[in-house]
Amino acid sequence: MNYGIVSQEQLEQIDTILTDKLIKLGVDCVIIIDMAGNIITARDNGESKYDVYSFAALAAGNFATVDAMAKLVGEQEFSLLFHKGQESNIHFSKIDEELLLISMFGRDISLGFLRLNVVDVIEKIRKVWEKKG
Amino acid sequence: MSFINLKDKIVQVKIVYYGPGRCGKTTNLEYINRTFRKQIVSEMVSLKTHGDRTLFFDFLPFDMGQIKGYDIKIQLYTVPGQVKYNATRKLVLRGVDGIVFVADAMEKQREKNIRSLNQLHENLQSYKESIFKIPLVMQYNKVDLKEHGIPILPIEVLEKDLNSRLQVPYFEASAITGYNVAATLKKIISSSVISIQKKLL
Repeated sequence: MNYGIVSQEQLEQIDTILTDKLIKLGVDCVIIIDMAGNIITARDNGESKYDVYSFAALAAGNFATVDAMAKLVGEQEFSLLFHKGQESNIHFSKIDEELLLISMFGRDISLGFLRLNVVDVIEKIRKVWEKKG
Repeated sequence: MSFINLKDKIVQVKIVYYGPGRCGKTTNLEYINRTFRKQIVSEMVSLKTHGDRTLFFDFLPFDMGQIKGYDIKIQLYTVPGQVKYNATRKLVLRGVDGIVFVADAMEKQREKNIRSLNQLHENLQSYKESIFKIPLVMQYNKVDLKEHGIPILPIEVLEKDLNSRLQVPYFEASAITGYNVAATLKKIISSSVISIQKKLL
């Protein structure tokens, strides 16, 4: 099994992408996790106080469950998930087979606008991640 | 797969408590959660049914301090033990670094332990992992029941049933009283960390 090691430089590049493209947009908190529930990186606006470790474990479980459901109905995958609340919302999007991008955001951002930016972010992160040795 | 963050110097290690239904996996985590409060930053997460049985998993993050300047974050998980939940058991095993197999020492549970261990073997294979290679510790739980006159299996029988081929470290334990819960945890943490170090070298 390959061990997940990313260089400091790559992580910094990823963090910059997340901050520039999502946090500056008004997203409260962004987390990248792997499918085993480990946190790759987490960025927030300095105000949100989420327990990101528990969140990552639950999110990985949640995504894995939905993935298994997709297979049951004959789909290859459901590559994105969205949970809507009164004050906050969560958007999950698959980066690749191993990684998941989770954005938590409030009422000030529209889902459509977030999705556009998430697509862009994922493309950029994939390029950085591919260089992983 | 443990994840190593070179920037923040954090190593995340995933340890799963596996075993048949009602063997005491959740009880192990509850004891750890009560006893090592200082090292635990957040609440234990339990996804359970109305009848208090584990539905998906329990999760307990645990800070172990530093090794060579790296913060070691241990993530403890349990699987649901009930036979029907194998699909979810498999999901929890994804990316596991170390396993504690909790066996129920009660005489009437003998066959269930063996079946559960066999299924662990199969489930690991589906991730191309081998039960013979992954860090594993056996815990023979509920030995305190002997004092209450409930027939329990002698250690020799448990060893022969479950550990004759694996030959991994084992502990007699009582998760409810805490006997050897910490010893089991220490052993699996050290085996898992050593195994990660070896893979990195």
